[in-house]
Amino acid sequence: MTTDTQFPLMRTVGFDGLLVTFAQTMSEPSNRAALAFRGAVEAQQMDGVFETSASLASAYVRFDPSQLSHYDIKKQLRALLDSRDWYSAPLPSGRRFWKVPTVYGTDLAPQLEDAAFAAGLDPAEAIERLSQSRVRVLTIGFAPGQPYLGPLVPEFNIPRLKELTPMVPEGALVLAISQFVLFSGPTPTGWRHVGQTAFSCFRPEMEQSFALNHGDEMQFVSVSRDALEDIRATCTDGTGGASCEEIPA
Amino acid sequence: MRLIVHRIGPACTVQDQGRTGYLDQGLSRSGAADLLALYEGAALLGNNPALAALEMAGMGGEFEATATLTIALTGAPMQASIDGSPIMWNASHQLEAGQRLVIGSVLQGSYGYLHLGGGIETEVTLGSRSSHLTARIGRAVQAGDQLPATGTGKTGLKLRADDRFSGGLLRVVASFQTALFDDETLTRFTQTTFHRGARANRMGMQLESDGDGFAARGQLNILSEVITPGDIQMTGTGAPFILLPECQTTGGYPRIATVLPCDLPRAAQTQAGGEVRFEFVSLEQAISLQAAFEADLVRLPARVEPLVRDPHDIPDLLSYQLISGMISATE
Repeated sequence: MTTDTQFPLMRTVGFDGLLVTFAQTMSEPSNRAALAFRGAVEAQQMDGVFETSASLASAYVRFDPSQLSHYDIKKQLRALLDSRDWYSAPLPSGRRFWKVPTVYGTDLAPQLEDAAFAAGLDPAEAIERLSQSRVRVLTIGFAPGQPYLGPLVPEFNIPRLKELTPMVPEGALVLAISQFVLFSGPTPTGWRHVGQTAFSCFRPEMEQSFALNHGDEMQFVSVSRDALEDIRATCTDGTGGASCEEIPA
Repeated sequence: MRLIVHRIGPACTVQDQGRTGYLDQGLSRSGAADLLALYEGAALLGNNPALAALEMAGMGGEFEATATLTIALTGAPMQASIDGSPIMWNASHQLEAGQRLVIGSVLQGSYGYLHLGGGIETEVTLGSRSSHLTARIGRAVQAGDQLPATGTGKTGLKLRADDRFSGGLLRVVASFQTALFDDETLTRFTQTTFHRGARANRMGMQLESDGDGFAARGQLNILSEVITPGDIQMTGTGAPFILLPECQTTGGYPRIATVLPCDLPRAAQTQAGGEVRFEFVSLEQAISLQAAFEADLVRLPARVEPLVRDPHDIPDLLSYQLISGMISATE
């Protein structure tokens, strides 16, 4: 991508989509802008718009070009873009703070030591810092309900692995590039598997199918393996023993 | 009433037009790989195209109705019979209680569809009956399952189906990452004949070609961004994948172009080894091509014709009531 690009940038996505991009890389202001702009488009309930989503630094709008022309929707989105400074927009309201019991390392999360080494920390120190990090849902995607969480302190800006780990289980907490992903299902990954939770991000059989929302905050609190086994045996609501509180606006 | 599944291929799922509105939660649409087949089945039964059907990847199975049921067969043609008598594909038929419907392997294409009159009435999850195996919504249909249906619908109708089962030219539009590929690579992309590779499922299908891959500039440093079905994604080796209804919702591999929705049935139906080429069209052309496709969908019910049975095509002719008069004469 060229570096002289003017942001926010509006581009077509295939036949029936538009992407409004707020920055070339993920940053706190571009992430806020993407979330707030997507929320504003959703709130306008434009005729002809099918659905919207937010990624790390962009908002996506899918529409029916036979009902709403590319020209018209671009004009409407441009007017909305110009109506305020999206980079200083507040985070969505109704956010929640989740504290999720997590086993770091052991055979449940066998790449913790490797991640600590890559970050230049001894394993105990790495667990201490990860366990105390309060991170935010930057985006949800790839798989249903699956959050990308960050930012972590710069020590954890470690690259993805060259070789994929064939399979990590649901509830795995993986780490790369100063972000966590909490996996919503079993999946192969190039991120390091540092923690294991019993938290279920996507529960299609329950009334509230998706556990998290953009902007929610999470802390992965270190617990013993016995404690996690105990939670698995007794907790049936998919939260994996997590506590949840409202974040005041 | 129900359709009992006695035997079934490994990749058969219930599909309707998929679910919209969960993209922001990371859940892609799912839905039939060949949308046109859903509309064809609906036209043959006089049903609504929003109803769910059984999508059969590669091979069908053996089925039995618990009471008289109406069925239609569309999509990739497969050998089909009722109690051993061959029945026509792209047609609607009546299946009596106890009769065995056998659907074999695909003769051409990838996805065949079995429609039940009134639609398959499995449970609705998040607004759709579509299974989404990668999201763990629903599961593949298995032997022993019973598919519920009301059984209402017309029978004895046929439709001349659009041939879309042997690959061919796919029309694409430029998307937001097309500019990451230089002109030479884009030209080479449209001049290459690809073959569908062995790796294909409802998430995406791999394409192979001789010669170099199709890499983008800065290929490995691209921020993960929204993905839509029809996107042609270049993997690390520069080999293209056409993404299908169960694709992930975001990803970091660059997309060179997007297949038009009206050409996605042709893309998805291409069987392994089938040839595929790409042609860029402008957004204006894409909009008129898609509008023409949608107008054709609306006209489908007017195109169905009666399925006339020639007596020579009825192998069990003597079992029909022709002989009932004879019986009374001998008594």
